[in-house]
Amino acid sequence: MERESLRESESMAIEVRVPTMLRTHTDGAKKVHGEGETLRELLADVERRYPGLGSAVLDEGGKLHRFMNVYVDDEDVRFLGGVETPLSDGIEVSILPAVAGGS
Amino acid sequence: MLHRDVSGAVGDTPLVRLPNLSPAGYELYLKLEGANPTGSIKDRVARYLLEQAEREGRLHPGSRILEPTSGNTGIALAALCAPKGYKLTCVMPENTSDERRRLLDLYGADIVFSPANEGSNGSVRLARELAEGDPDVFMPFQYGNPANVRAHYETTGAELIADLPEVSALVAGLGTGGTVTGAGRRLKEHNPDVKIFAAEPEYGDLVYGLRNMDEGFIPPIFDAQVLDGRIKVDSLKALRATRELIAAEGIFAGVSTGAAVAVALKVCTPRRLPEGSKVAVISPDGGWKYLSTGAYDPGDLTALAGELEDTLWA
Repeated sequence: MERESLRESESMAIEVRVPTMLRTHTDGAKKVHGEGETLRELLADVERRYPGLGSAVLDEGGKLHRFMNVYVDDEDVRFLGGVETPLSDGIEVSILPAVAGGS
Repeated sequence: MLHRDVSGAVGDTPLVRLPNLSPAGYELYLKLEGANPTGSIKDRVARYLLEQAEREGRLHPGSRILEPTSGNTGIALAALCAPKGYKLTCVMPENTSDERRRLLDLYGADIVFSPANEGSNGSVRLARELAEGDPDVFMPFQYGNPANVRAHYETTGAELIADLPEVSALVAGLGTGGTVTGAGRRLKEHNPDVKIFAAEPEYGDLVYGLRNMDEGFIPPIFDAQVLDGRIKVDSLKALRATRELIAAEGIFAGVSTGAAVAVALKVCTPRRLPEGSKVAVISPDGGWKYLSTGAYDPGDLTALAGELEDTLWA
């Protein structure tokens, strides 16, 4: 834990917003922090810190799960670079499940 | 303009320039779908859904239609069903605004409420369950019916091209996916360089409270291939843009319009669209039906956005 908090103070620049159904992996936390130069790296990093969280976003083939949408700076990464989307410090990443929109 | 009945008055809505909100170097145009007979873009969809079903011989006077809807589609269907003698049951989340329930009541539609904490997902689930158990009802199912896409391909998209042939981009909200898929497809056939952006409301935690991934839902008619970008908009940004539209342009629109305008402002950068681009934005409805939600009340917008998070998009 000590090592974790030390690392946290150094460079945990990317905030990841966690949807309700994945908060079982984060002790109920709505937001966690992680690092990585791409979304794939970030997901691997949060998977180490919060086992189950990073892997829930991907399917068996390592691609984004069909019913998971990940947004970088509000934009769906499927229209950016998918899991290879580059990330920079201070950027916000949101994970949201695909749900029916109101109509 | 003279029409033989109210369904003839669907569509041909105004496209208005937004001279004050347009960022330097870009021109925004807003298509005012609130000008449809029941006040929303869903009049187009309801008309196409019913006409398709009639052509297939699935409807006759006395038939019952059942549809999951958070309001606009239900109201549009109710208005068209009443004179034809069709009965209508709408399955909607229990936290939708009072105006929508009252309008549906007035038109004689029946309402079945689905749990607020399941959002529109819950309405879809419940409507499917109810329809399965009853062979006498017809469910158009806007989320899966190609007539929804066709309505936007043949009318919304065609009107945009007629009014603004030089259009460079379209921004529309994402609910069933009908507007972006239908109008987007039509615009790309007109000019393959046209960019299509979806503005996706960021619902409250309540709506995203799925218990597991199997409950995820992607509307079968939604074609992501048509899109060049999908951008989410939170309640605060949507409310802010909705207010700016009122102050700067004199347009009183619903919060989904604010979300689309917010995305339009975001995509007006040389990285995405060359300067000089004309961007069409769809305003699905006016603000009238949402007055009771408090979305237009005075006070701090940030606090308001927090309070309304779970009801704003219901």
